[in-house]
Amino acid sequence: MSLLNVAGLKTSYGQLNVLAGVSFQVDPGETYALVGESGSGKTTVIRAIAGLAPAQEGSVMFGGQEIRGLPERSLRPLRKDIAMMFQDPVGSLSPRLTIRSLITEPYRIQGMKNRDLDAEARRLLEMVNLPAHFADRYPYQLSGGQARRVGVARALALEPRLILADEPTAGLDVSVQGELLNLLNTLRERLGLAMVIITHNLNVVRHVADRMGIMYLGRLVEEGTTEAIFADPRHPYTRCLLSANPEPDPDARLERIALKGEPPSLLHRPSGCEFRDRCPVAQDICLQTPNWEVDHGHGVRCLVPLSSQLRTRTT
Amino acid sequence: MTETLLEIDNLNVDYETARGDLKALRDISFDVGRGEIVGIVGESGCGKSTLISSILRLTAPNTRFRQGEIRFKGEDLLRLPERKMRDLRGADISIVFQDPMQTHNPVLSIGRQMVDIQHRSRASKAEKRELASQMLGAVGIPDPEARLDQFPHEFSGGMRQRIAIAMALMSEPDLLIADEPTTALDATLEVQIIERLKELQQKFHCAILFISHHLGVIAELCDRVVVMYAGAVVESGDVREIFHNPKHPYTRRLIECDPGHIKERARVLPTIPGEVPDLAELPDGCVFRERCNQAVHRCASEVPPLELLKGGHYAACWLNRVEVEV
Repeated sequence: MSLLNVAGLKTSYGQLNVLAGVSFQVDPGETYALVGESGSGKTTVIRAIAGLAPAQEGSVMFGGQEIRGLPERSLRPLRKDIAMMFQDPVGSLSPRLTIRSLITEPYRIQGMKNRDLDAEARRLLEMVNLPAHFADRYPYQLSGGQARRVGVARALALEPRLILADEPTAGLDVSVQGELLNLLNTLRERLGLAMVIITHNLNVVRHVADRMGIMYLGRLVEEGTTEAIFADPRHPYTRCLLSANPEPDPDARLERIALKGEPPSLLHRPSGCEFRDRCPVAQDICLQTPNWEVDHGHGVRCLVPLSSQLRTRTT
Repeated sequence: MTETLLEIDNLNVDYETARGDLKALRDISFDVGRGEIVGIVGESGCGKSTLISSILRLTAPNTRFRQGEIRFKGEDLLRLPERKMRDLRGADISIVFQDPMQTHNPVLSIGRQMVDIQHRSRASKAEKRELASQMLGAVGIPDPEARLDQFPHEFSGGMRQRIAIAMALMSEPDLLIADEPTTALDATLEVQIIERLKELQQKFHCAILFISHHLGVIAELCDRVVVMYAGAVVESGDVREIFHNPKHPYTRRLIECDPGHIKERARVLPTIPGEVPDLAELPDGCVFRERCNQAVHRCASEVPPLELLKGGHYAACWLNRVEVEV
């Protein structure tokens, strides 16, 4: 059974339909990546799961329990199991608390004060490869990579079952980025954590995610295993995203598919296929609304998915 | 050979702090030719920002220029009176900053800001507005005339960064400094900005000093690359040489670390263990020694000089001497 089951999740702020029905599942121990342009609703999805953003419709089942729309009082005990890693590593740490207070705050909030908090702080710092004397430092004394690791330590304090990570490697140097991803991978294997990770760095996705979903205008347009998406992207938007990945090689020949224009306004969602106006291969049929079609666990919302002709020929 | 526009010659910059002098830049030397795109790559704390602010002379009050020159069209910027420096900024040398969300004044329309920035020009207000609209069109903002009356919050992040580029290019500068202009943007927008910069560079023939820690972007955009580590240039040269034939272990490791290089899913990604040394208490010898897995005896005692290896490829590593001797 899946640990997290999000179905038909909708969020709107007044007229603005930020999420227009998002559904996906995450199994225990699995890493699921959400990718898409700025404004596609990725952050809103994970905030809505954690109860930090409203969701007017749909369902969020966690461990078999409906958690959407629960009052704050009922959500608090659940936050032991669902930890959040925020996008801005330094901004998410209170500047007036020491690292020790920051990483042991979850115990205090959850009323677990009888623990030896000093010992816990040492254990957590060790787990994320930070020296024990860092416990007495303040956030301004940390580099971006160190602040990230404090964020990881804090998220892991209560041994959650699910981590929601918003751009965990944004702004990190490549060498530090590798360290953080390795750390997350090891911890996941050791603790059996499930993760939902948001990123726009496709090179990162390839190395950490088991499955991935591509979001456009508050909807998933494609979903599948990471291998399948990279090898055989079916939605033209996914193809555009994958091709917009600069290679660290000056001689790489890039067959780049240009994405036309800007994302449409959420106030004026296009009719039919919402990607139509920017799609390099749009046809007349795209005036109709595409359905979510799933084939061997690979879902796509497109009336003329890309390699379909290829597949018909080979079968 | 192109004419040299900017020459950084043996630049040494310190920050005076309570702990003593922090040696932020040490013996920095490289050139930027007219119309050339030079990338500066390096991790946090390598001195990229100190370098840019030194070129523009917009440094913090505790900055001390200890040695060296920054020659722009042959003139040493460090000796220029402030008034002349002010004439250069935004006219001959302009800059695009990292965060497009904070570059513009939120309470003035984009058109107003684009007209204001032409304060040196004697053109009429209508002509200035016309130029502003043309520039918006040139960076790919649709319907530019109408959008001049809109405010920054009405544009997306990618559009705001393109507007910042338009404003930086309005004075047709000889040198455009781009300080991590794509870091705050997602991948599709990043590509848009790079392609736009390439196009504009061809059109305006300005030189670009492009600062980034994203190797993919550097590989795609730049003619030449300068690799910095802990306040020093460790390697510089033609972009192909740097990526295909790196001669400094730091460059080599940096390229290996880029997950874009690793096509198969890797459980463990390569990293560079260790930390950048404290610039206030520099170790003896090579600054990279403690993190280098190829260090030899000599690396602990003598700082390797930046040496010309071949055809414009420089590296500061004793290993290159060994190779020659063998």
